[in-house]
Amino acid sequence: MTIEFTLNGEKVAYEGSPLRRLIDVLREDFGLIGVKEGCGEGECGACSVLIDGKNVPSCILPVGAVAGREIYTIEGLRDTEQFNILMDCFAEAGAVQCGFCTPGMIIASVALLKHNPKPSEEEIRHWLAGNLCRCSGMNMIVEAVKLASERGIQW
Amino acid sequence: MVNGYRPQTLDEALEIRANTGAIPLAGGTDLMVRHKNIPGALPKFEEPVVFISHLEEIRGVKAEDGIVKIGAATTLAELENDEKIPAVLREAISNMAARNVRHIATIGGNVCNASPAGDTLVPLYALDAGVKLASTNGVRTLPVQDFITGPGQTALAPDEILTEIVIPTRSFTKEYYRKVGTRKAMALSRVSFAALADVNGGLIEDIRFAFGAVAPTVVRSREIEKQFISRTVDEIKGDAPQWAQKFAPLLKPIDDQRASAQYRRKVAINLAVYFIEEIL
Ligand SMILES: Cc1cc2nc3c(=O)[nH]c(=O)nc-3n(C[C@H](O)[C@H](O)[C@H](O)COP(=O)(O)OP(=O)(O)OC[C@H]3O[C@@H](n4cnc5c(N)ncnc54)[C@H](O)[C@@H]3O)c2cc1C
Ligand code: FES
Ligand code: FES
Repeated sequence: MTIEFTLNGEKVAYEGSPLRRLIDVLREDFGLIGVKEGCGEGECGACSVLIDGKNVPSCILPVGAVAGREIYTIEGLRDTEQFNILMDCFAEAGAVQCGFCTPGMIIASVALLKHNPKPSEEEIRHWLAGNLCRCSGMNMIVEAVKLASERGIQW
Repeated sequence: MVNGYRPQTLDEALEIRANTGAIPLAGGTDLMVRHKNIPGALPKFEEPVVFISHLEEIRGVKAEDGIVKIGAATTLAELENDEKIPAVLREAISNMAARNVRHIATIGGNVCNASPAGDTLVPLYALDAGVKLASTNGVRTLPVQDFITGPGQTALAPDEILTEIVIPTRSFTKEYYRKVGTRKAMALSRVSFAALADVNGGLIEDIRFAFGAVAPTVVRSREIEKQFISRTVDEIKGDAPQWAQKFAPLLKPIDDQRASAQYRRKVAINLAVYFIEEIL
């Protein structure tokens, strides 16, 4: 089956089984290895991507479900000003240690800040609840998102 | 290799279902985990799959003719922010999984999964919800409690697709939902509880109690509820534990590793006592 979608701003066509996991298609076929696999069961958020602006775990989504949709991975955000602000805030808050969870955390933060540029702490915790960090503890990550929001990050 | 189908319309999906027996895949958040394979390999599906999450006919929420109609493929995230959705259901949904999973998981998938711990089922039982099932032969509607026939089992025929969840529009003076679990975001509920009541001039005119994950299916008893009707709130509050205990014989938890049966039964009764004493 041919499945067409937009990937990091470009129209792409995938040819193959629609049941393949989106994470495998992104990593193996498109070389987007910023998409990490942790649990493989939707519990940790390491594999998060943006679909039509919403953060979604790509390890439990078959590629057949994304036809016609707009997908962004961390690679597609890298050159944006907002990404750089967010990364600075993560660094300043000490929210990056081993870095494994970071792409997923950034994706979730982008989705949240798109939805609401001035989220409350509760809302930040609520939106990041599907992303686990084994190293830093969530507090620093929550601080990083607050900082980005205070700096007036806009999409 | 098993086939995947991506129909353009609901009719086409129903044809595929009738002709191939393909299983509907909506958000896939249950199916993909259930058919998990090693990373990089195709998920282990034995039957063909028909994708349905993109079908506009079964997406979105409408309120008309005194009924809230929820398309089966509407995502949980869409529902949690929709004012047309009854508050108890929204409350239950915002406590399910985490936001990222709710961006893809659908209400139809949660209902058809028929898990004893399925979180939308508890409020749906309390709200007297119905389910609309379509096939190439037509459409039928069932009350949700007749649709769910056992743990993981439903009355869905092999050629049917759940298209809509229907809820009579009705306001209640008292509404309560609570899920007691380990980690808020992820744990499938240990025990969940919804209660609704209409109290007028101190008199109970309508009351509903629904308990989740304390029996093979959600527990609701119209017979016990009837005993509350036309009594005063004061009378019931005066003996809350006694009234809550009436449900105890119906609570037959499956003892699994999430929480012992005894603990679950106790939590469920405590939630009913709390509702009577503090909310009613
Ligand atoms: C990390 C994680 C956390 C979770 N937490 C919770 C939780 O807290 N509470 C909870 O209740 N669940 C939870 N779940 C389970 C799951 O997300 C929900 O049950 C979800 O609502 C399923 O919807 P779906 O669209 O993804 O279903 P799918 O996986 O697409 O389908 C589930 C089942 O329903 C059938 N189906 C789906 N739609 C239809 C239809 N329209 N007609 C006929 N059959 C249909 C499918 O064939 C399949 O058998 C969790 C899952 C994950 C991965
Ligand atoms: S790898 Fe996808 S959520 Fe953990
Ligand atoms: S920084 Fe190591 S998992 Fe988060």
